[in-house]
Amino acid sequence: MSIPVLPDSASTLAPKTDLILLALTALSVVVMAIVFLPMIYFLFKYRRGRPADRTPLDLPTMKIEVTWTVIPLVLMMGLYAWASEVYLEEETPPLGAIEINVVGKQWMWKIEHAEGNAEINELHVPVGKPVKLTLASQDVIHSFFIPAFRIKQDVVPGRYTSEWFQPTKPGTYHLFCSQYCGNNHSQMIGSVVVMEPAAYERWLAESSPGQTLAQQGASLFRELGCSGCHMGNSVVHAPRFEGLYGKPVALQTGQVVIADDAYLRDCILTPAARVPGGYSPLMPSFQGRVNEGEIFQLIAYIKSLASAPVEGSPP
Amino acid sequence: MNAVELPPPVETEEVNYLTCECGVKQWLLTTDHKRIGILFLYTILVFFTLAAVAAALMRIELLTPKGDLLLSADYNKLFTMHGVLMVWFFLIPSIPSVLGNFLVPLMIGARDLAFPKLNLLSWYLFVIGGALAMDAIIRGGVDTGWTFYAPYSTTYSNSHVIEMAAGIFVAGFGSILTGLNFIITIHKMRAPGLTWFRLPLFIWSMYSTSLILVLATPVLAMTLALMAIERIWGVGIFNPALGGDPVLFQHLFWFYSHPAVYIMILPGMGVASEVIPCFSRKAIFGYEFVAFSSVAIAVLGFLVWGHHMFVSGMSPYAGTVFSLMSFLVAVPSAIKVFNWTMTLHRGSISFSTPMLYVLGFIGLFTIGGLTGVFLACLAADVHLHDTYFVIAHFHYIMVGGMVTTFMAGLHYWWPKIVGRMYPEKLGQLSAVILFVGFNLTFFPMFILGGLGMPRRYHAYPPEFQIYHVLSTAGASILGIGYLLPVIYLLWSLKFGKKAPPNPWGATGLEWKTPSPPPKHNFHRTPIVHEPAYNFPPLDAS
Amino acid sequence: MNEPPAKVQFDNLEQQHDASRLGMWLFLATEFLFFGVLFMAFAVHHLLHPQAFASAVKQTNLLCGSINAALLLTSGLTMALGVTAIQNGRSRACVNWVSLTLILGLVFLAVKGAEYAGDISKGLVPGRHFAMNGEPAAQIFFWLYWLMTGLHAIHLIVGIVMLAAIAWMTKQGRFSARYATPVELAGIYWGFVDLIWIFLYPLLYLIGRVK
Ligand code: HEA
Ligand code: HEA
Ligand code: HEC
Ligand code: CUA
Ligand SMILES: [Cu+2]
Repeated sequence: MSIPVLPDSASTLAPKTDLILLALTALSVVVMAIVFLPMIYFLFKYRRGRPADRTPLDLPTMKIEVTWTVIPLVLMMGLYAWASEVYLEEETPPLGAIEINVVGKQWMWKIEHAEGNAEINELHVPVGKPVKLTLASQDVIHSFFIPAFRIKQDVVPGRYTSEWFQPTKPGTYHLFCSQYCGNNHSQMIGSVVVMEPAAYERWLAESSPGQTLAQQGASLFRELGCSGCHMGNSVVHAPRFEGLYGKPVALQTGQVVIADDAYLRDCILTPAARVPGGYSPLMPSFQGRVNEGEIFQLIAYIKSLASAPVEGSPP
Repeated sequence: MNAVELPPPVETEEVNYLTCECGVKQWLLTTDHKRIGILFLYTILVFFTLAAVAAALMRIELLTPKGDLLLSADYNKLFTMHGVLMVWFFLIPSIPSVLGNFLVPLMIGARDLAFPKLNLLSWYLFVIGGALAMDAIIRGGVDTGWTFYAPYSTTYSNSHVIEMAAGIFVAGFGSILTGLNFIITIHKMRAPGLTWFRLPLFIWSMYSTSLILVLATPVLAMTLALMAIERIWGVGIFNPALGGDPVLFQHLFWFYSHPAVYIMILPGMGVASEVIPCFSRKAIFGYEFVAFSSVAIAVLGFLVWGHHMFVSGMSPYAGTVFSLMSFLVAVPSAIKVFNWTMTLHRGSISFSTPMLYVLGFIGLFTIGGLTGVFLACLAADVHLHDTYFVIAHFHYIMVGGMVTTFMAGLHYWWPKIVGRMYPEKLGQLSAVILFVGFNLTFFPMFILGGLGMPRRYHAYPPEFQIYHVLSTAGASILGIGYLLPVIYLLWSLKFGKKAPPNPWGATGLEWKTPSPPPKHNFHRTPIVHEPAYNFPPLDAS
Repeated sequence: MNEPPAKVQFDNLEQQHDASRLGMWLFLATEFLFFGVLFMAFAVHHLLHPQAFASAVKQTNLLCGSINAALLLTSGLTMALGVTAIQNGRSRACVNWVSLTLILGLVFLAVKGAEYAGDISKGLVPGRHFAMNGEPAAQIFFWLYWLMTGLHAIHLIVGIVMLAAIAWMTKQGRFSARYATPVELAGIYWGFVDLIWIFLYPLLYLIGRVK
């Protein structure tokens, strides 16, 4: 049995985090030395019964106090700035990352790749490419934690959160749910499989369901009746989705919002709260009729229309 | 020079607060702060025992990677019970309600607290709250963790959440009344000549603690009430399906609970600031700095709650602000640690039991605090959040810090409280056992956390086992470290040597009255002419 | 004049008075934070659902709310006059002012009761029969409306009971210019109940009503 002392380090963020942890440890050791060595020395030298010079000294209290207030403060501010910078980097996914959707529910992880592949409690990714996860929860708060990548993000019901990583080493790593979520919280675990790009392509092809996520969304779009209003020549005056994704939308209230994943999700679940300008609030809420995984599929479909020509305007 | 103008205490058997009127009714309806302190002592020991048994069961379960001893549902109920009882029914009332109750009037030369009846009411509220919590546990328990995060607590959990919340709510009002009583007493009832800067530092720490109790606890009470109402009627304030915001619950909860962690350390710091000067026979170094750092901790402590939520989906920029504040709150703690160390310089140090405990405290608190700085560090916390690193951090502070100083204080004032000495050698031995057992239990958890072992897991990957085994072994030693004092302290009630009024040669008004003190503390109101810790100067030998 | 001796833990009546007053202020600080959670929840949801809150606020009864605001403000004044009266030793006047305050409080409750009845018939109680079903977040507004006004009403009722006791005891001649602590404490408490309404009134009746 091998005894681990440090976790695997398998993403671009891992060494950066480790360096901070190392610096913190070094600082702690120095502080402990500063506190404990004199303390032990005093305890020995001035223990009762041992002869020593104990006449009180007239020390410049103020100077001493200021010194030991300011020095730790300065040291800590350095660490603060450094760690905050790394954190902000962690919070900002790079452009062009592979986008993968994750749905957490009691007590499993469901993962949807854009190519249409779906997996449970396993996440396959290629080495060397940035990956952005969009996280949604079907019920309570979970947290998507991959120790080898040093990343963690709560998965909060009612909204999307995201995290990203860029694996650097092929292998299989732990995936934990780290936010307590009920009975089988400790079983909500899985593995992240980092593969060479070629192997990854092979895996995608082999486990492919034959339809991309957007295509799955398209069929849902028909099954749920969205197409009845949003497509062709419907009687209802409802917006078209060609060229919508990523563009600003002016709402009836005068507010302008960007049509991103979160916006589309809200439109499907609580349409009345955000009516685009020029439309009347006719759309029914689909709350309870679609689950988070299906919403991801619908969004993927609407996204896929982003580059389609806007109807009525020249291509 | 004598500090106060008092006749020398009479050495005959006189009636004291323990021996006067000692029927059951006189105890249960007492308004004497000293007796109420003792009532609290008994009550919190019951809760500590229950919570410690839960810890023992958890530690035994964690010996093996598979969840073989307990069902996950039972394990979840155990850590919830452990957390809730330890925090609200043991640690928060530990030093304030037991030692604080006993000592605040004695130390400031008052006959009682300002509102003795409210003080008794605090105890009853505490007992009623505790009974509700125990009933919730007996009827099947609660499985939300001590943090009660929505929407799990409001919608999904099938356990007795409402009753548990009600218990905490009621006990919370007890805490508020205690805090209120202390603040008023310290403001208005100090003996003549006892100015703010002559107060013992224990009083300063009680004052800061009380501020937090009074200002933070109502927020918890209302938050738990909203949670319970939401659970009963499906309100939707925290439920995203109804337009609510689960992260709002976390903000409200931590707005209370972070200041509350300082309720669980400031009193310990106060005890340390009493014990160190006494056993070094020397005034504390930098009195004003130690005093004001308590207040600074109390105030800054209200501004850092978001550091529990760095990965909750809160705005990252808010995260950077909370991180900054968390670094700043470490500064006043630093000031204290350095001043304590400096007090030892040129002192005459004796290693009596209270001092041994306090020295252990300084070490463990420093480690716990420094690892708090790890967690305040944004990028580091993303990895360490909700792992055993956090568990280790707060046990170092709460058990290594506060429980250890509670033991120190209990030993230090034991002669005053019961009028008998405890056996010194056994005391020193158990302080050492506690220190060793503690480190063996909780140090491995730092490594576990670094490796990524999540908390609240009753089964875990096998490569973590070695550290869990070490930890459980440590817990068995730690258990002995707790058991031993219980035995010899009980023994000393009957067989201990009679204690003189001032067995340690300490300063402070509580030592100027007989042990145990008479019913109204002092035969005559003391008058104070000198600063705190005015020990006679030491010389060259 | 019969003034009670100071309690045993105090040196004299003055110390006892100071302590009680400071105690009341601190207690009210606690109360304020207690309500503060509801205010906080209100503010957050106002930001999250501006539309729903704007349409919900139009449903509350502005007339009742305004009458009640006027009633409570007046009662604050009468209470202050009552306290001044006893401090000057005029206990008859004190009884009258305190009784008037008490009556204003009762009228407040009556108006509030009528308002509640109207709210119920308009279907403003969250739940299955909630009238504004198109706007789920309007439910949150009304939950907070009922919680906040209900909690305030409970405080008011406590205040009224307190005032009744004070009026009775003043009538018995228990207070005088030298010893009026309980009257003053009741006054401070009543002021607090007023103050909470001053916060509730704009939140629940005004903000977002006119556009
Ligand atoms: C008594 C209780 C107590 C105390 C006093 C503290 C004190 C501190 N805590 Fe801790 N904390 C808890 C109890 C406590 N904590 C609990 C219970 C939790 C978990 C809750 C849960 O999720 O269940 C927690 C969690 C927690 C977190 C969240 C972790 C997470 O969930 O991801 C963070 C993050 O910032 C943190 C930080 C700090 C800091 C910076 C201090 C500082 O105040 C510490 C200051 C002290 C020192 C720094 C040491 C002495 C100083 C020196 C010797 C000088 C030199 C120092 C330097 C140069 C740095 N704590
Ligand atoms: C005042 C606070 C306090 C105190 C004193 C303690 C004391 C102890 N705690 Fe506690 N702990 C918390 C507050 C506290 N804890 C909180 C707030 C949590 C978070 C809960 C949550 O997540 O919601 C927590 C969580 C927590 C966990 C994490 C559970 C999880 O996340 O899965 C663990 C794991 O080991 C643990 C262990 C211990 C141990 C071993 C002790 C020891 O100090 C206890 C020592 C006593 C004994 C061991 C019992 C007596 C001895 C015997 C009966 C002899 C036989 C013993 C053995 C064979 C082991 N605690
Ligand atoms: C009854 C007709 C109807 C149905 C069925 C319907 N919608 Fe809509 N939808 C509308 C109307 C009308 C609007 C604009 C006004 C509003 O928001 O209510 C709209 C708006 C939207 C918007 C916002 C578009 C923008 O330009 O900002 C999205 C996204 C959307 N719908 C998605 C869907 C999806 C996905 C489904 C199926 C699950 C669906 N809709 C079903 C009528 C409908
Ligand atoms: Cu999902 Cu824990
Ligand atoms: Cu904190």
